[in-house]
Amino acid sequence: MPKPSQSDIEKSVAGNKNRDKLFVVLGLLSTFIGMLTLAALLADLAINGFARLQPHFFTSYPSRFAGQAGILSAWVGTILVMIVTAVTAIPVGIAAGVYLEEYAPKNWFTALIEINIANLAGVPSIVYGLMALGLFVYQFGFGQSVLSAGLTLALLILPIVIVATRESIRAVPGSMREAAYALGASKWQTTSDHVLPYSMGGILTGVIIGLSRAIGETAPLITIGALTFIAFLPDSPFKAEFPFISFDWIWSPYSVLPIQMFNWVSRPQAEFHLNAAATGLVLMVMTLGMNGIAIYFRYRFRKRIKW
Amino acid sequence: MKTDQADTAYLDLQSQVKGRASGITFQKIRERVIELSMFLCALFSVAITVGIVWVLLYESWHFFATVSIVDFLTDTQWTVLFENPRYGIMPLVTGTLVTSSIALLVALPLGTTIAIYLSEYANATVREILKPILELLSAVPTVVFGYFALLLVTPLLQNVLPDLPGFNMLSAGLVIGIMIIPYVSSLSEDAMKAVPVHIREGSYAMGATRLQTALRVLVPAAFSGIASAYVLGFSRAVGETMVVALAAGTQPNLTLNPMEGAATITAYIVQVSLGDLPHGSIAYQSIFAAGLTLMCMTLIFNIAGYLLRKRFREIY
Repeated sequence: MPKPSQSDIEKSVAGNKNRDKLFVVLGLLSTFIGMLTLAALLADLAINGFARLQPHFFTSYPSRFAGQAGILSAWVGTILVMIVTAVTAIPVGIAAGVYLEEYAPKNWFTALIEINIANLAGVPSIVYGLMALGLFVYQFGFGQSVLSAGLTLALLILPIVIVATRESIRAVPGSMREAAYALGASKWQTTSDHVLPYSMGGILTGVIIGLSRAIGETAPLITIGALTFIAFLPDSPFKAEFPFISFDWIWSPYSVLPIQMFNWVSRPQAEFHLNAAATGLVLMVMTLGMNGIAIYFRYRFRKRIKW
Repeated sequence: MKTDQADTAYLDLQSQVKGRASGITFQKIRERVIELSMFLCALFSVAITVGIVWVLLYESWHFFATVSIVDFLTDTQWTVLFENPRYGIMPLVTGTLVTSSIALLVALPLGTTIAIYLSEYANATVREILKPILELLSAVPTVVFGYFALLLVTPLLQNVLPDLPGFNMLSAGLVIGIMIIPYVSSLSEDAMKAVPVHIREGSYAMGATRLQTALRVLVPAAFSGIASAYVLGFSRAVGETMVVALAAGTQPNLTLNPMEGAATITAYIVQVSLGDLPHGSIAYQSIFAAGLTLMCMTLIFNIAGYLLRKRFREIY
């Protein structure tokens, strides 16, 4: 092999430096492709859907006439389903996270639970729908109700809540726990009075991201039989006579925003596509808004706590 | 008189200690109850897996009592809802594989480039801004991406490819690819970040550029994490439902041509669920057999990823 001359080496170094600079452009370009898609998506929804966002769009039931159709039953359904999801997924998820991080002994069984949670996060959402169809709808007899839907989505976001809880708790330094034990606090007192309050920011972030995922989830709800045409509202939870609160609504059939949007997109008539765009805009504002809040929380809590 | 006082004081103290003791046992019971209920919550996650596996196997068992498993795997037609039903899963599997392959062709190069850029090139401020924005991509509801693929991407593609039908796997695959970029890029970036600094410094000390360091040192060193990111991206692409149901159509079609429309496994499940099928019918059971196939596909890829990681694992 001939000895490389001075100019050869210089050429090679310059080429390497140029490729290095080229990669910066490539990296930025790739990032911008992703961001551009997001921007195009929002712009398209806004251009097509914004005109439909009149007050009556929120106060009307779906209709055969695109101009008169609205999302009343869909947004009420979304809120009710989310209540069931939040009430079940948040306590169970946080408790499971606390147990695994603070209490669980290091043995094969704990390892099994941990591997299982990691795998659950990779299970396609429609498979949760199939499981809920067989189990909740038919085996337990919950039927095609708000309760079935809420529980299905709760199972779906449980891994998200558990993982967020664990990561957040792990960030609390051991000296905090030791200080509490030194003052005679029991394990639960230490956990509930010290560890949990310090990790609340991270847990809250995970809960919000989980719920925003649940709001947009469509496939599992189609599988368990969400209806696309609902022209009534579930029974009101508030009553005029004693005991003033009723839980009949959890047995009601329902529709939710993404299902309503799916129905309108899959119709051939272009006017319904405008309705779909408007519903999409509402969904995007909700999910991106929730994610924005989550990002803000994460940022703020990371800045404020200095151990 | 004095002894009396001392006695009562003593008795007081004794009852106090007794009260304390009963308080302690009460507290101990409370601790046990709390721990047990939290353990049950953790156990619940295992119950979900058991539930999924049990439901899929149970309903598929009934399905395979009517349909032979050989037909299921070798027949080229999937016409469960027709008069003379044929039960060959192949068309649905090819539809799924074609859309996910396109998605991976988009997501893997873009996601890896983004990961290298964010981990090795971008400064802290740029990263703090770009990363959350990019992660918003994975927060967009999938049905919105379906709308985007059907009503914006397909018409755009039709300008370039005039023969493209309204339902096609190409636009569905492209949109899924963009959608799963954050999954690939975040995990890959974390893996590259976790490579110890001294390995980077060794490479720089030899006169390597940042690109050479990234491609020849960091990517091999972080390979096990990057492989997990790819496997997760694949699982997402295979399980993605709304984009394919809306943009790729619901017609089973045994083809590898992305310019055609074809139903995927997930799109078939959606199509059947939208109709009102009687509980226990063969078509009802067929969606569970389809779901089981989906789970097996992701399982195979997860195992493949695991073996790959084991083979190439770097330990510092």
